[in-house]
Parts: sequence; structure tokens; C-alpha cells
Amino acid sequence: MGHPWPTPKPRSEKRGFRYATQTAVPFALARPWAKPSLRSHPPKPSPTTHVPPYAGPPAARPGDVAGVLRLLAYLILATALMVLDYRSGWLRAARTQAEVAVQPLWWLAGLPSKVGTGLREEAVTRSQLARDNERLRNALLIQAARNARLRTAAAENERLRGLLGSAERGRLDVQLASVLDIDLDPTRQRLLLDSGRNAGVQVGQAVIDAGGLMGQVIATTPSTASVLLLTDPDHAVPVAVARSGIRLVVYGSGRSDALHLADVPLSADVRPGDELLTSGLGGRFPPGFAVGTVGTLRPDDSRAFLEADVTPAAQLDRGRDVLLLRGYKPVPAVDPAALPPAPVPAPGAPAAVQALSAATNPPASPSATATTRSEPGR
Amino acid sequence: MSRARNGWVLPVSLLLGLLLGLVPLPGILQPLRPYWLALVLAYWLLEEPEHMGLGMSFALGVLADLVFGGLLGEQALRLVVMAFILDRFRARMRFFPLSQQALVIGVLLVNDRVISAAIHVVMGAPQLPWLYWLAPLLGLLLWAPLHFALDTLRLRRRG
Repeated sequence: MGHPWPTPKPRSEKRGFRYATQTAVPFALARPWAKPSLRSHPPKPSPTTHVPPYAGPPAARPGDVAGVLRLLAYLILATALMVLDYRSGWLRAARTQAEVAVQPLWWLAGLPSKVGTGLREEAVTRSQLARDNERLRNALLIQAARNARLRTAAAENERLRGLLGSAERGRLDVQLASVLDIDLDPTRQRLLLDSGRNAGVQVGQAVIDAGGLMGQVIATTPSTASVLLLTDPDHAVPVAVARSGIRLVVYGSGRSDALHLADVPLSADVRPGDELLTSGLGGRFPPGFAVGTVGTLRPDDSRAFLEADVTPAAQLDRGRDVLLLRGYKPVPAVDPAALPPAPVPAPGAPAAVQALSAATNPPASPSATATTRSEPGR
Repeated sequence: MSRARNGWVLPVSLLLGLLLGLVPLPGILQPLRPYWLALVLAYWLLEEPEHMGLGMSFALGVLADLVFGGLLGEQALRLVVMAFILDRFRARMRFFPLSQQALVIGVLLVNDRVISAAIHVVMGAPQLPWLYWLAPLLGLLLWAPLHFALDTLRLRRRG
């Protein structure tokens, strides 16, 4: 069957096709709005197809095939980019570099909301300020009292740990960073922070807010950092159930209001409403930060395990500020005797005002550091 | 071409299209955010094809991917497909009344959503909520005002 028999047939078909297209040209002429290059498909430019285009500039004349080829080339290029980006190879480094160039755009896009907040703060009336001040002062008093109690508990905890000779869970160094208020790709759960490498932000730092764990830093540029939120489908965090200590893994769901708890053994002691804390396994996140609350449990597809939705503890939609943990390596042990026995803050106004002014200082500077103590069992 | 062009309109409008894609919207409106960049790009593809072609669309798409923090190449692919279709039908579309043009743009934006959904399926990324399928409708409604505004800016110096 090596004969060239099959070839003449397609050739004749082709010739027939060419003939058909040539007869179609007058038809195209009859309809002047039709672009001639759309109708005719001649291998050689024949004089009959040289119809002056009616509208617009002379469209790509030798065009059709070349246009399709160019389209194909670009499609292949785009697909290659996507695959490379998906496989997260060397392209990630190049991408980080390129993002430095894009920063001014982010800054510009974040500007309206920044200006808006500024204006709103300008427009606050005096009475409103006074009211806010009073409310915050009360809140501070309550928090300070609570903090004092916790500090004695922490001191006792440290003493007991010292007796047991176990590793000490020390102070946590945190850094305040504000969120750049822009909407990124809605399929990915990311945040952009306003401070970057220049402010000491590093890849891998855990990000928290007042409620609990938010995510981790995955890329930094000199003046921005992107945060992978817990809710991103690529994210997983090892957790422990606060009540029973069972260790599980919580995955992101892609929605900003839910996390996914999978592969819960049927016999595991997990109930709806259980609090989940980071377990510290894996070493990325320090233990003891709230992750979320378990919703209703249901059997998964295999019927061998349970799964559940988890409500995140942190406020994962765009907040104003977040805290970055600066590593949680142990710090020199605190001498329990050196601690004040029960530093109850004076309930008088001056102390509270002083503390308040101290508390309002950090947000003024973009990246102020503060030291807090981790409160694992909160 | 006989008309005098305001050369700055093209880059500035594209930049605005990018920025409008980033500007934060309240949570309810977020799914309805029209694909500004595609709308602006479609305008230039139709009106000034000598400045805007497949290559520029591709470059713009890559830039948009970088800016929006999405999968690199996704928007490049979507915009290139759109540019190709618009290029093919330019001669016809320029004779359409604005309302019909808007319809075609709406269909193109729906097509764009389909491509995006297909890419997400292939890449195993999560799909967007169904509400996002309403965004092309808004794009359709915005076509006429956008076209008018850009026309005014572009041809202002004439006359």
C-alpha cells in the first residue's frame, strides 16, 4: 500500500474547493459589509479576490493563514506560561521580579480607599471622638485587667515548665503591617501587605489578627508582601482540637468565609462547635493560635471519614491591619521573681490615657514592633 | 486616517482599565465587576487596529495577570482569543449600530467567561460563584457609554 494512490483524490477535492471559493467571491462582492478575506481562502492571491475593503484600514491581506498561525503561536505561548506558572518552577522567581515593576499600579489602585479613610477620619466630629475615646478607654481597662491575670498565669506556667525542664514557649515578636486595599484575582485567596522586604518581612512568616491565624507570607518585594490566606485552596494548616487534643489538618476551601476539615476518623472525638488551634506540627506556625470553629460534621465521599466546614477565627476579608509573627524562637527566660507580683493597672485616668497613647502610637508608623506574650490556652 | 488622534488616550485608558479591575468593591458588588480591561481593549481593537493587535493584547494580558496576581498567562490567553475574534469581525462590527455592537461585546464577554472556566477546570482551580456570570451583562450595558467617552476623548482635537 505504498502507492501514491490516495493522493490524487484529495488533490482533486482541493481543486474543487478552490473553485468553489472562487465562485463565492462574487457573492462576497454582493455583500460589501463582508470582509473579503473572510470569504475567500485562496492559496494564491487571485485578482478576483482583491476587493478593496469597505470599512476600516486595509485588513491583514495575506492575513487569514498568517493570522491563525499567530493566534496559535500566542495561544501556545500563553498555555506554556500557565503550565510553567502552575508548576511553580523558575517562573516564580521571575514573577517576583516582575511584580516589583507592578507595585506602582497596586499603590495607585489602593489610593482611593486610602484617601477615603483619610477623609472619613478628618470628618469625625469632636463628640464622636470623645465617645470613641471613652469606649476605647473602657475596653483598654478591661483588657489590661485580663492581661494582668494572664501574665500571672504565664509566669506560673513558665515556672512549672522550668520545673519540668521542657522547652520554654517564649515571647512572640510581632510586627504591624497594613493591608493594601485592592481586589486581586477572586479565585485566589491572597492579601497584599503594605510593607515588604525593606521592613523586614520574610517569606514564611505567619500572619495573625486579633481573632486568630490568617495565613502566611509567600512572596515579598521591597515594599509589598503577598499573604496566602488560610482559605486559599492551596493552603493547609495542622491543627489540634482544643478540647480533646486530636490533631487534624484544615484545608482552604477557596471561599473567604469557610475552611475545610477533611479526613476526620469516624471514631475521633470531634464535635460541632469545637475550637481548633494550630498544633505547631510542621514548624511553620507556632502552636496555640485560633484557627476556627467546627461546623456540622458529615461523612465524606468515601464514607470512611468525616468532613466539616470550619468557620475561620480571623477576619479574613480585607481588614485594616494585620500582625506578622517574627519567628517564635525561644527568648532568654524571664526570671519569675523579677516579674511584678500582680501588676494591676491603676484604674485612674492618667495611667489609662498614657497607655492609650502608647497603644495608638504603633499604627501611626507603618511598621512598629511590639512584644506580646503568646497565650496558648486562651 | 484623516482624523487627528490624541495619542495619550490609548495608554491612559488601558491603565485605567487595569486600575478599575483592582479598585476594591464592596463584597456584594465584587462578582459584578465588569472586565474593564477587555472593554477598553475591544474599543481600541475596533477603532485603531494599527496600534492594537494580537501581540499587544497578549502583552497586556500578561501584565494584567501580574497585576491581579492570577495564573500567569490566563488573561493573556483570554484577551488574545478576544482580539482574534474582534479582528475577524471588525469590518462588520464597525457598521453595526452601537446597540448591536454592545450585544456582540456581551457575547464575547460570555465567551471569555467560558474560556476562563475551562482554564480553571483544566488547571484544577476552583470555579467562581455563578454570580460572576452576570458580569458580562454589565459589560454589555457599559459598552455604549464607554465607546462614547473614548470616542469623545480620542477625536476631541478634530474640528
